[in-house]
Amino acid sequence: MGNADMQNIITVRDCWMSFAGKEPGAEIHVLEQVNLDVVQGEFVCIVGPSGCGKSTLLNIIGGFLEETRGEIYVENAVVNGPDPGRIFVFQENGVFPWLTVEQNIGFGLLSRPETERAERVKHYIAMVGLNGFEKSYPRELSGGMRQRVEIARALAADARVLYMDEPFGALDFLTRLKMRSDLIRIWQAEKKTILFVTHDIEEAVQLADRVLVMTKRPATIQEEVKIDLPRPRDLDSSGYLAARDRIFEIMGMDAHGGGG
Amino acid sequence: MNRRVLHIVLPLVTGALLLTSWHVAVKLSGSDIFPTPQQVLAGLGELAQQGLLLKYIVASLFRVSWGFIAAVLVGVPLGLILGWFRPAYAALNPFIQILRPISPIAWIPVAILWFGVKDTAPVFLIFLASVFPITVSSMAAVQNMQQVYLRAAQNFGLGGLELFRRVIFPAALPQIITGIRIALGVAWLVVVAAEMIAVNSGLGYLIIDARNAGKRYDLVVAGMVMIGLIGLVLDVLVRRLEKFDEVRWGYGQR
Repeated sequence: MGNADMQNIITVRDCWMSFAGKEPGAEIHVLEQVNLDVVQGEFVCIVGPSGCGKSTLLNIIGGFLEETRGEIYVENAVVNGPDPGRIFVFQENGVFPWLTVEQNIGFGLLSRPETERAERVKHYIAMVGLNGFEKSYPRELSGGMRQRVEIARALAADARVLYMDEPFGALDFLTRLKMRSDLIRIWQAEKKTILFVTHDIEEAVQLADRVLVMTKRPATIQEEVKIDLPRPRDLDSSGYLAARDRIFEIMGMDAHGGGG
Repeated sequence: MNRRVLHIVLPLVTGALLLTSWHVAVKLSGSDIFPTPQQVLAGLGELAQQGLLLKYIVASLFRVSWGFIAAVLVGVPLGLILGWFRPAYAALNPFIQILRPISPIAWIPVAILWFGVKDTAPVFLIFLASVFPITVSSMAAVQNMQQVYLRAAQNFGLGGLELFRRVIFPAALPQIITGIRIALGVAWLVVVAAEMIAVNSGLGYLIIDARNAGKRYDLVVAGMVMIGLIGLVLDVLVRRLEKFDEVRWGYGQR
């Protein structure tokens, strides 16, 4: 921010999301006065405890929910529903089970000429390492492979922005590590803007340029932690550990799980 | 014992036991009206020889086909529309739920009044019997569809008919097929009942005719056996639909 050649892609100003409470007049604020900025090509993680509203915030930015109050601009326009240039990757996996891997990846390309579509599908199948699985159905794939299909589908459709809502949450530990390093590789090659929501602090520090820490009460972005570390990241380096512990501290506990 | 052998040998053993008990029971009772298994088999042979067996089977299948195809053509689109458009659901669902529990048998007098004793009457009854399970399962399929598919589709800019064709319909298809399978079973139940009253051919007619014209219970039971066997074949055929790659995901691990 402040740098003239960096263009703001996502701008959220004073965003509130409220529901009517049980008692008349009582309002439950899922989000309170949220502000955030993401610049072009940036990888930003929103981290917070479950139920803090981070997923709600991502759904508002993605155009699937409407905020109660506030201003949300993405790519210089007010958000008015979902947009094919900005694709959401879902935790529960939005890959269509009735289509093969290549049909799924080509889903967003049906308006393009046949040859271009086939080329792009082939390119992104290779990028996410699914060669040989073109004709497979999602039920024949592992959870990690299905998430790769969903990411490839977003990339193939030429999405400029990816919204990722705990996309690796349902995967086992080793698969998650592999998916993170693959995502970083793809992000570096494709220069997309990524807004990534997770409850996993380690994941956020491994991935992001910046981590936005959300808290439950109040439901807002408490603090921003810049992760100015080279990639691939050394998970034992003092810089990594310091950033991780700083986020633990903001969320009100130490790195060993104790309360603060 | 491996599974395949288990699933062939055990039914054969059960079948042999049942046929033996049937035979023994008839002999012990001293009945000369109720047939033994051999007499039923002889009855089937007699019908086959006269060319009636094939004729009656074709007649019944013909009526089921027409009523059932009409029910699919009406029920699937209607169910999809009711599942998707809330006002349509609000307006029509209460009446579907009122009409649904009325047995097709109760419609027989009405069918005779409207269509006379022609083929149209049983076809109408079969249509009535199968259209409700198909409509309701198609409707539920859309209502229970996983939201994530809908959101993904909207994210890619799909709307209107395209959204229906490329996402809502394929997402609902496994449950629609299950409804179709149930409906075909019901349709087959009903064709027999309908033929007992309204027409002069078909397996239902065979049963009632054999009873009325000389208490031929060997032919009555022969008709029952054929109904059971054809019902099984129909179910096996529809189950094959569930094996297609486009819908297999919808049936869990089998």
